[in-house]
Amino acid sequence: MQLASVHFKQRASGALADKHLQRTLKRFGSGFADKRAAARQAFGEDAFEVLREASAAIRDRALVDLDAWLLRFEAEAVRRGSTVIWAEDAAEACARVLEICARHGLKKAIKSKSMLSEEAGLNDALAAAGVQPVETDLGEYILQLAGEAPSHIIAPAIHKDQGEVSELFVKHHGRPKSDDIAQMTREAREMLRPHFLSADLGISGGNFLVAETGSVAIVTNEGNGRMVTTLPRVHIAITGIEKVVPTLEDLSALNRILPRSATGQEIENYFSILTGPKRSGDADGPEHMYVILVDNGRTRLVGSELQSMLRCIRCGACMNHCPVYQTVGGHSYGWVYPGPMGSVLTPVYQGLENALDLPQAATLCGACQVACPVKIPLPGLLRKLREMQMERGLRPRAERAAFRAWAYAAQRPWLYALATRIAARVLQWMGGRRGLIARLPFAGGGWTRGRDFPAPEGRTFRELYRAGRRRQA
Amino acid sequence: MRVGLFVTCLVDLVRPRIGFAALELLEAAGCEVVVPATQTCCGQPGWNSGDRPSARALAEKVIAEFEPFDYAVAPSGSCAGMIKTHYPELFAGEGAWLARVEALAAKTYELTDFLINVARLERVPGRFAGTITYHDSCAGLRELGVKAQPRALLARVAGAELEEMKDSEVCCGFGGTFSIKFGDISAAMAQTKCDRIHASGAHAVALGDLGCMLNIEGRLRRMGDATTRVLHIAEVLTAKP
Repeated sequence: MQLASVHFKQRASGALADKHLQRTLKRFGSGFADKRAAARQAFGEDAFEVLREASAAIRDRALVDLDAWLLRFEAEAVRRGSTVIWAEDAAEACARVLEICARHGLKKAIKSKSMLSEEAGLNDALAAAGVQPVETDLGEYILQLAGEAPSHIIAPAIHKDQGEVSELFVKHHGRPKSDDIAQMTREAREMLRPHFLSADLGISGGNFLVAETGSVAIVTNEGNGRMVTTLPRVHIAITGIEKVVPTLEDLSALNRILPRSATGQEIENYFSILTGPKRSGDADGPEHMYVILVDNGRTRLVGSELQSMLRCIRCGACMNHCPVYQTVGGHSYGWVYPGPMGSVLTPVYQGLENALDLPQAATLCGACQVACPVKIPLPGLLRKLREMQMERGLRPRAERAAFRAWAYAAQRPWLYALATRIAARVLQWMGGRRGLIARLPFAGGGWTRGRDFPAPEGRTFRELYRAGRRRQA
Repeated sequence: MRVGLFVTCLVDLVRPRIGFAALELLEAAGCEVVVPATQTCCGQPGWNSGDRPSARALAEKVIAEFEPFDYAVAPSGSCAGMIKTHYPELFAGEGAWLARVEALAAKTYELTDFLINVARLERVPGRFAGTITYHDSCAGLRELGVKAQPRALLARVAGAELEEMKDSEVCCGFGGTFSIKFGDISAAMAQTKCDRIHASGAHAVALGDLGCMLNIEGRLRRMGDATTRVLHIAEVLTAKP
């Protein structure tokens, strides 16, 4: 996927000015967050916290010996008839998929949702090689028609309202317009059905890889994942290497917290554990099953101060609880992963200098960390990235100078007292009779473009306190 | 008990009356309050902006200034949170320093948390006529668990009536330097908060942090709302009719 994270500010400005999008974002609002809260309550809030703790521990256990669990996964998967392929980056992942297509003469790929496929730009690679990719997750299908990227990792078309989808369907389906969502869904299903039946390749992601059995576990709500992985004669699961968990027991724990954290469901509508291709006697299933394990920057996190980010199970809770995401929408972030988790992943996978705004574009309010099912300290990771930016000289000179000047003064109480004494008076004067500053100079303009700045009272606490004590003495 | 009052840099510069309100409350709770004269800033701006050395230098200064007291109290969840939860990260792995940091962290409190859970203040001096809605500032809420404490204190203010707003726990959009670097996003988030405040129908919004206070008040006034009062919880608790 095209990287546009350097344009965060412009994209966010566009999103703020887009009245239609703002209405859609407001309507989405806290929907998922409310559902998660209800699910958490139904589960028992204390028990839920225990489950979060356990889930984080499971993910950490897998990550500490990531290499060993991946090799175990490979051995078990191969033993059960799958082919395991390793890809270092996006380009290699695409190349390996195309090799498989060429080997089996595959012409049409039906796909269930995969963020890794977005990372790799797989659809473009397939199309360029003459293999038709068809997205079958309803949200992804809508975006494929619109030629857009997902704006949310589990609800990719959340930025589109029903009216926009109706118009898209009229344009691409050539049927009379419907505003009835059930009817529209039926229509999409009718359009997709022939593709399901004619495709020779199914491409899925993988929510988890189970090392002890060599299985790929997939959750979906629409059932498309099940058809993608069983109908065509070849199935390719393409996933990040961090998705591995040691045992089925681990999978079962994580699958209790994933749907509750994502959509507030107790369990997803469809949950599949795929272990190898069709065996003799099986009623259905692919003739060939491939698992492509993709690095694409993940190993850079292993052993680093940001390693906890690899715990991520892609539930979307962080963006569902992020007030910045709710305000600017997912497309502002400019790459595959939006919101808090994206603001950590994009600079790590795509280069710190290619996403300078993302670690900064957070209030560090902590709502994401509290919601994260695997307790990733997201604000701490964003802070760490800010530190890395500072250390590598990637912040503007004026900003660095300002912090240095602040720290210099704040370490010298007499100087600080003098500076604040002057500032309190100047700002009070600027505030005038109403006590409000409508325009601050320099960087302060960022504040006053959208707000007044309430002016100081005029004298600092330090001055007043000293004067009061002198009076008392 | 001897309490060191950490006034915080924003209160010192912008709203000294909040510092005096905090002082009054601590004294009403029977504390001997000392205001170390050399105090400046807790170092949070540097810490949150990736300037670890400056955060570190200021943290050392705060530790030296406040470790002599039985408690350190700040009228801010954000600054108290910096000392309590982030100083230990700042000095991680440094034996001697870490022991001092942890000792200070253990006795550092946000004002309302201290008044309720340590000083056990029963009667508050304030009187307030009207409805108040409470905005939960992020650091106080999520780093220190400040949620029930300010509400319990508000309930003891004669005449004040609490009217909860929707999403009181959602960030107002301040975020320190975020409010300047991403002024438009920050103002849009403040607008959402102001809409919630208006929808609550309250005459005033109370909160526990200066950053949120300046952000919310600044946005309300810019929108043309000159009447909804934006008050620090300490001001409400000491309000004179």
